[in-house]
Amino acid sequence: MSMREAKKVDVLLVGLGWTNSVVGMEIADSGLDILALERGPDRDTVPDFKAPQMLDELKYALRHELAQWPSIMTLTHRYKPGQKALPYRTIGSFIPANGVGGAGVHWNGNAWRAQPEEMKLRSYAEGKFGKAVFSEDITTQDYPMTYAELEPYFDYYERIMGIAGKAGNLNGKIVEGGNPFEGPRSKEYPTKAMQTLYNSETFGHAAKELGYHPFTMPSANMTESYTNPYGMQLGPCNYCGFCERFGCYNYSKASPQTCVLGALKQKPNFHYKANSEVLKIVLADDGKTVTGATVFDEQTQETYFQPADLVVLGTFALNNVHMMLYSGIGKPYDPQTGEGVVGKNYAYQIVGGAQLFFKDKNFNRFVGAGSASIAIDDFGTNNMDFGKLGFVGGAYIQSWNTNGQPIRNLPLPPGTPKWGKGWKEATGEWYNHSMSIAYHGSNQSYRDVYCDLDPVYKDRHGRPLMRLTYEFKPNDMKMAMHYQDAIDGIVKVLNPDHVGRGYKNMNTVYDLRAYQSTHNTGGTIIGDKPTNSVVNKYGQVWGVHNLFICGASLFPQNIQYNPTGMAVALALHTAAAIRDQYLKAPRELV
Amino acid sequence: MKKVIKVIIALIILAIIVFGYLIYKNDKAIPAADAKHAVNPNPVSRYAIDKPKSNGEYIARAADCIACHTAKDGFPFAGGLALNSPFGAIYSTNITPDKATGIGNYSLEDFSNAVRKGVRKDGEALYPAMPYTAYRNMTDADIKALYDFFMNDVKPVHSPNQRNGVGFPFNQRWGLSLWQMVGLSSQKPADLGDKELNRGAYLAETLAHCGTCHTPRNLFFAEKGLDSSSADFISGAPLGDWYAPNVRKVAGQWTQQELAEYLATGRNDHTSAVADMSDAVNHSLQYLSDEDMTAMTKYLKYIADKNVPALDPAKTQATATLLTNAKDLSEGAQLYANNCMGCHFAAGQGAAKVFPKLDGNELVNAKNPYGLLHVILHGARLPSTIKAPAALAMPGFAGELSDEEAAALATFVRSSWNNNAPAATAADAAKARK
Repeated sequence: MSMREAKKVDVLLVGLGWTNSVVGMEIADSGLDILALERGPDRDTVPDFKAPQMLDELKYALRHELAQWPSIMTLTHRYKPGQKALPYRTIGSFIPANGVGGAGVHWNGNAWRAQPEEMKLRSYAEGKFGKAVFSEDITTQDYPMTYAELEPYFDYYERIMGIAGKAGNLNGKIVEGGNPFEGPRSKEYPTKAMQTLYNSETFGHAAKELGYHPFTMPSANMTESYTNPYGMQLGPCNYCGFCERFGCYNYSKASPQTCVLGALKQKPNFHYKANSEVLKIVLADDGKTVTGATVFDEQTQETYFQPADLVVLGTFALNNVHMMLYSGIGKPYDPQTGEGVVGKNYAYQIVGGAQLFFKDKNFNRFVGAGSASIAIDDFGTNNMDFGKLGFVGGAYIQSWNTNGQPIRNLPLPPGTPKWGKGWKEATGEWYNHSMSIAYHGSNQSYRDVYCDLDPVYKDRHGRPLMRLTYEFKPNDMKMAMHYQDAIDGIVKVLNPDHVGRGYKNMNTVYDLRAYQSTHNTGGTIIGDKPTNSVVNKYGQVWGVHNLFICGASLFPQNIQYNPTGMAVALALHTAAAIRDQYLKAPRELV
Repeated sequence: MKKVIKVIIALIILAIIVFGYLIYKNDKAIPAADAKHAVNPNPVSRYAIDKPKSNGEYIARAADCIACHTAKDGFPFAGGLALNSPFGAIYSTNITPDKATGIGNYSLEDFSNAVRKGVRKDGEALYPAMPYTAYRNMTDADIKALYDFFMNDVKPVHSPNQRNGVGFPFNQRWGLSLWQMVGLSSQKPADLGDKELNRGAYLAETLAHCGTCHTPRNLFFAEKGLDSSSADFISGAPLGDWYAPNVRKVAGQWTQQELAEYLATGRNDHTSAVADMSDAVNHSLQYLSDEDMTAMTKYLKYIADKNVPALDPAKTQATATLLTNAKDLSEGAQLYANNCMGCHFAAGQGAAKVFPKLDGNELVNAKNPYGLLHVILHGARLPSTIKAPAALAMPGFAGELSDEEAAALATFVRSSWNNNAPAATAADAAKARK
């Protein structure tokens, strides 16, 4: 059966979240005919994120209204090669999104840059601590560009999102009050830092007492009215505590909707279609270019072919990898031989922490924001003696209060009954008296941690699901235990009445059921040659010059920070390369 | 002598109006239309923005012809939009160059007579829904450019004009001719002793026809003043159930830059445009050149009220304290805290360019609470403009608030901070809900 062929476009953007929104905007002035296809529904602040409807914890936080439901798309998971993988049937460990704006709608807004050392992690660590610092199974590798090369794009992403913060390193000069361990930034943050809450101040005082360097976390929750370079506007956050898993009803959280799409929709050469799922990117017969994509239209249930001269794949990291594997573009990674690249170097985020209970402190936990946090970077990647510690990695430590929502967020002292009278009494007694301290750490890449196509399970279109092979590894658990000690040291200073501990240790097994973070990275990684990566430094697929990839699937391993800033900076770098180099003469840019 | 005639005519018209109103009141069910305007299968997207391509098109934008002469689902300039006057619905006409249904057979002189004198090609008078009282001062050069634009650049559309829903005696066009003798003055270009000010006056008084909405009207439904020499000119007027604010007062409160921002983007540090003003920004004012915007806002500052009292910070603080303490709040205050405070905050100051300031806001303080209630119940969305592409929107709360609650909320907002406007009733809210 031959497929209907839609009218050819110059540029096809697959997915309309953060990365492809900025790519669309950056190349729109070329005048090229640009079409974005988004699998999920269209969404806008009004009416879709309207209060009070949005402030529905059950609907959005537990039933995941904005997420990619497993019935739409999911993956299978196993711990190591040789095992049979089972499907991720209920949203747990991570929450991929669905719909216009992608996960940029429901994120917390923790807005970091990578460290210069993180972008050259293998050469930095080996150079400073010797080759043996990496165990043989670690496949961590350098980015093909330096922090300095990416700095203008970090800066640009911060300006697009109006990031609130205080610089700690302005052009190499350390500034009091900011993060002294960050890479040098060319400019101050575009908006002033978040207000601090009592829990984070409490943490900050203890950290200072111990000689650490607390600072306010850079945030995509707004602190003031802001107009970005696209003319898009944000308003000040009221600390309502409905960021992660929710769309912001208040125009106060940077998202594709608030920062890009209004301006992009004005461009006469830009169009987008929601409810349009790209199933496969089609390789030309010669295998050197792509010709477009097959698309499933949710409304008409028709599958058709959308031809395009240039395709930018900018879906969620996991889906980018699946798309490449299913489309048969690039050589799939083989953990036995170490050859092949697609699906290689999947990584995640290592997180853990403690809950502190104080009878005599009122934290007003209902006042919160996704990035209302004080952090320290004294234990960051560039500040660690890997040789002495016996692991490679780093983390920031913070105390935040994202929300005080009653269903998910009623921490109680250890030993409290899980239900009944005792639970009720303890809830009344402790609701407002706890604060958390958490670490947020890097994750190295490993030879046997990867993605491929599942041999058994298929999605609703009959495509094989992606199979994820992932387990926590000793290097990262050693790191986790180091942060346990660091946090316990701070807890000791604060001397709470009770402490609940949620740390990882050498025996911790990855648990797909419990939420950890939606920081899934790697699988279509960036590198300096076709044998070690899927894309070159511009996000261009090696050997297929008219296909570019954007997103955290480019990370060769995961940084210690939340990935959105890095992912969007890379996308802006890619967009500039497409606009300034590729469109002038379509070719392999490296 | 001329004065005496004017008075006599005025009395005759008054008699007609009173008589007519009695009939009109008893007989509202007048068939509205005998033909339907042509429906456009691809109505212009709300995001479509393009810069004017000729001088004539620039003048058409500055005069905002498209706002009235395009139906919601119609083709540009093909007419069919119902303008609800107190005398019944008046349908805008097809001004595309279609020979059968539009103005394709108009000569430049015919066109000029229609625009500047309110006289159709067949000699009949036009309803003053067409703002010829303002356009009368349009220059010959601009009329020519505008004519050329309509004749050459606008696509002819076959779309028959609809019969107006105006009943006797207002459907008597000879009455309109009499009206024009009182309502329409002769041409009188502004002479304010400064080229830029004169240009500003021309833009505001003539092309943008600000007075059509913002100038109060007299007994004969004629604007009380047509230019800056009258204290009534753009001093605020009821507009259907809404209220077109007192521009001279607002111009006294805002800087020239703030005025320009508001006109070009529908938003500034104080407030956001709603309803017809939002459309005026969207279709017309955002396209003014920087020079023209400077001239127009300089003129507005020139005619501004110079003695607008500043807001009293103590009054602002009093409501902020009340809401922050949150003790024994009235129903209206509670509703404000639960529904509005997230954006507009306890001090009612909102946030610059994003969340309108409620303290001292013109819409909030209008004599009639309808506009405020309408925004509370149905929300409002800013246009996506060239300089401010974010189509920021306030959601409507019709699904959350009963008429009683909406009225209690509006009453609270209208009497808090520095605001001092009469209470709203549930009946007002019920009307705004429709």
